[in-house]
Amino acid sequence: MNSSVIIFPGSNCDRDIAVALEKMQFKNQMVWHKDTKLPKSDLIVIPGGFSYGDYLRSGAIAGKSLIINEVIKAANDGCLILGICNGFQILTETGLLKGALLRNKNLKFINKNVNIKVINNKSNFTNKYKANQILDINIAHNEGNYFTNKDHLKKLIQENLIAFKYCDKNGNINDDNNPNGSIENIAGIFNEKKNILGMMPHPERMVDNMISNSDGINLFSSLMN
Amino acid sequence: MEINNEIIEKHGLKKDEFSSIKKLLKRDPNLLELGIFSAMWNEHCSYKSSRKHLKTLPTKGDQVIQGPGENAGVIDIGDNDAIIFKIESHNHPSFIEPYQGAATGVGGILRDVFTMGARPIALLNSIHFGSPEHYKTKSLLNGVVAGIGGYGNCIGIPTVAGETKFNKTYNENILVNAMAVGHAQKDKIFYSKAKGLNKSVVYVGSKTGRDGIHGASMASAEFDENSEEKKPTVQVGDPFTEKLLMEACLELMKDDSIISIQDMGAAGLTSSSVEMASKGELGIELDLDKVPCREENMTPYEMMLSESQERMLIILEDGKEERAKKIFDKWDLDFVIIGKTTSTKKLILKYNNRIECEIPISALSTKAPVYDRKWVKKKLPKNKVDFKSLTKVKIEDALIKILSSPNHSNKNWITNQFDQMVMCDTAQKSGADAAIIRIHGKNKAIAVSVDSSANYCKSYPIRGGKQIVCENWRNLISVGAKPLAITNCLNFGNPENQEIMGEFAECLIGIKESCEFLNYPVVSGNVSFYNGTNNKNIFPTPVIGGVGLILDLKNKLSHQFKKNNSTIILIGKTFGHLEQSAFYEEIYSLTEGEPPEINLNNEKNNGTCVLELVKNKLVNSIHDVSSGGLIVALAEMAIGSEYGIKIYKPKKLSNLYQYFFGEDQSRYILEIDKKNLEKTEKILKDNNVFYEIIGLTQKDFFEVDGELKIDTKKLYNLNNKWYNNY
Repeated sequence: MNSSVIIFPGSNCDRDIAVALEKMQFKNQMVWHKDTKLPKSDLIVIPGGFSYGDYLRSGAIAGKSLIINEVIKAANDGCLILGICNGFQILTETGLLKGALLRNKNLKFINKNVNIKVINNKSNFTNKYKANQILDINIAHNEGNYFTNKDHLKKLIQENLIAFKYCDKNGNINDDNNPNGSIENIAGIFNEKKNILGMMPHPERMVDNMISNSDGINLFSSLMN
Repeated sequence: MEINNEIIEKHGLKKDEFSSIKKLLKRDPNLLELGIFSAMWNEHCSYKSSRKHLKTLPTKGDQVIQGPGENAGVIDIGDNDAIIFKIESHNHPSFIEPYQGAATGVGGILRDVFTMGARPIALLNSIHFGSPEHYKTKSLLNGVVAGIGGYGNCIGIPTVAGETKFNKTYNENILVNAMAVGHAQKDKIFYSKAKGLNKSVVYVGSKTGRDGIHGASMASAEFDENSEEKKPTVQVGDPFTEKLLMEACLELMKDDSIISIQDMGAAGLTSSSVEMASKGELGIELDLDKVPCREENMTPYEMMLSESQERMLIILEDGKEERAKKIFDKWDLDFVIIGKTTSTKKLILKYNNRIECEIPISALSTKAPVYDRKWVKKKLPKNKVDFKSLTKVKIEDALIKILSSPNHSNKNWITNQFDQMVMCDTAQKSGADAAIIRIHGKNKAIAVSVDSSANYCKSYPIRGGKQIVCENWRNLISVGAKPLAITNCLNFGNPENQEIMGEFAECLIGIKESCEFLNYPVVSGNVSFYNGTNNKNIFPTPVIGGVGLILDLKNKLSHQFKKNNSTIILIGKTFGHLEQSAFYEEIYSLTEGEPPEINLNNEKNNGTCVLELVKNKLVNSIHDVSSGGLIVALAEMAIGSEYGIKIYKPKKLSNLYQYFFGEDQSRYILEIDKKNLEKTEKILKDNNVFYEIIGLTQKDFFEVDGELKIDTKKLYNLNNKWYNNY
């Protein structure tokens, strides 16, 4: 499977995701933001970081960059797109995913391991997970507080487009285990066609037991499936 | 403009220093030249008060590739891997403007490390604040923590370890020390020494603005009530640009285009150009018309003294200019050839086709003043605390009070604001004795820790200096690492005060003694004097940052209990030394007496033997005994673990307070499987290490035979509440 990782100025999880993809046997290429052509890819990853220094608004400038037009075209052609952390923020700025990521409710950057629950395991990104499986996964963001309007939220729920929700270690979903104030504890969502996943937690940080755990591996093996 | 006494004083120069300048130039300096002298001769850049004492520190060893004098120190960790690291203070700017002060402290120390060819892999910090009740403390704490996080998180280097302490001595002068650690190929290290004539001197990075002018001079004077007015001397950081600069420099470093490279830190363009020329025994000529400026009509004086961040000076090999420019263009950074190396051995600055400055390089470097400041020996405390006269407290209550005090509380509130995981090589995060960072793509790892003991250093500087090196050494051993070398950040008061100078000289005597004995050399460092306000000096606070090596990451250790019913061994002798302990300070507000003595023989022997046990895979967990004594160390091992402990009553020491809260040195607590006990005891005996079996792990409860029994979850909660309620 061919993957491409887009590097914006200020991306800082690009190496991490590349290491994870290669470990999972993807044939990966790095793509510079000034490029105007994408290599042939089955999966495009927009990595975490602070693209353009988060100036103006997280993801706003990257959302208007040269390469992003190609990403939008590929997405519309059905290519799989994964946006992690800043990548999720960028996807909402392009309109490929709806909603917005506001500042965390405590107004502080948060880095810690949290639990998330796999809400929809019937997608290209999550099919190797069990339904309602609970993952232990790292988050690291200042703007991860997902918000969307009522109609879209209704659609997300009815069409099963919520990928992950924050929960506690027993799977309970409530305010106490919502780290950033996201509406409905949402940690990741799909677009309508479910070929795009945006998520705040970092699956690429959870592929190595020497460092953390292996809860992120199934996301990549789902994609390989 | 005529240079009068007022202008000289404003530049922080003494009258006799001005006379020396005239003598060196054989004429009066103009204002630009005066500014340049002031920037190079201030304490921060010249080390004029400390140099004599710094020279005494051990800086060599088989593991050392580069000692002090370069941008950072370099050590060898085998297989062509080198670790480059340094710690630096940003105390004064952080007190005036906490967010930017702390942020640019991180930015500056990162540049020191990647300038030498290393990719930074870890950030650490040591931050000291005034008493929590002081009206400034809360906002300073918030600002500094946000600033450290803001910079490190954005550039994408994990902030993996640190210490945060509160003491009223820092009410009007906080300490913000940042340490950066990088990894390089041993045969690809870049230095600042210029070589060759007529080589291009290139300016890269951000444009020069009017921020931070005279920042280094500001950091070389005490504060007074008007310190707020110094805000314009604080630089403004842009971690985004630094990320681009770092990537561009590392890309350029892949081949041999660079002759020498130096970041523009304190005293900006002045110190970087002088440093390179001085080390290469060359001259340097700059055309200031070419300096990229952020603002209009900047004068040569402003350009030379600006401390705008995220800038570098590079001397390139002939013919490499085009290739280098391409790289910086790719990263959207300025790249301008602003001068050349010369044979004049002078700093010559041209502006509008006129020579505006002509100073012999040696006048700014080797001939800068060095002072042998007078110092007096510390009067050592004579009184011992009369333990019997104290109101009795229950051991349980004392333990709880210490564990829930600001200085001993869990610091997740702080560390959760730092990205500790980015780069995916952090094998152990903050909260452990030392953090562990894997060398990317390999099985080996380094351990890092920063430590200080201001109370010990205040009451007995020699012993304090000695202790803090040992404490740092112990912390690395406690995660299974072999300690290799240190960097130090020496935070002191006004060196013109003989007592303060005495604290400095004596702390260094102690540091030297331990470093020599433990083969733990100093490879880089920084001195910060004039920490004080209106003649009130801070406690002497040397901070030690240590780096150790773990050959196989599988052997890493942490301090939490791992299993039920395993044997707990205490290594090292317990005498029950309570003076200067957390127990006396937190429970009785007593700060009298001497800190505990250290026997370096035992220190080395105990530590080496612990590593031997680790190598033989006999140990489940380790924790060193430090502030708070044995019982606090044991509680820390239980907190965050599924297991507690049942502690036996001591056989020898009848005073339980001395036994549990005494801060005797060179001690470790080890958790050993029963099946490994015999082998462990044999190794300890063979090495003449003193040890005692003090208890057994058990489920859920922290217990002392017949004295106390607490649910470990309760300990966890008590330890975790202070910051969240502050």
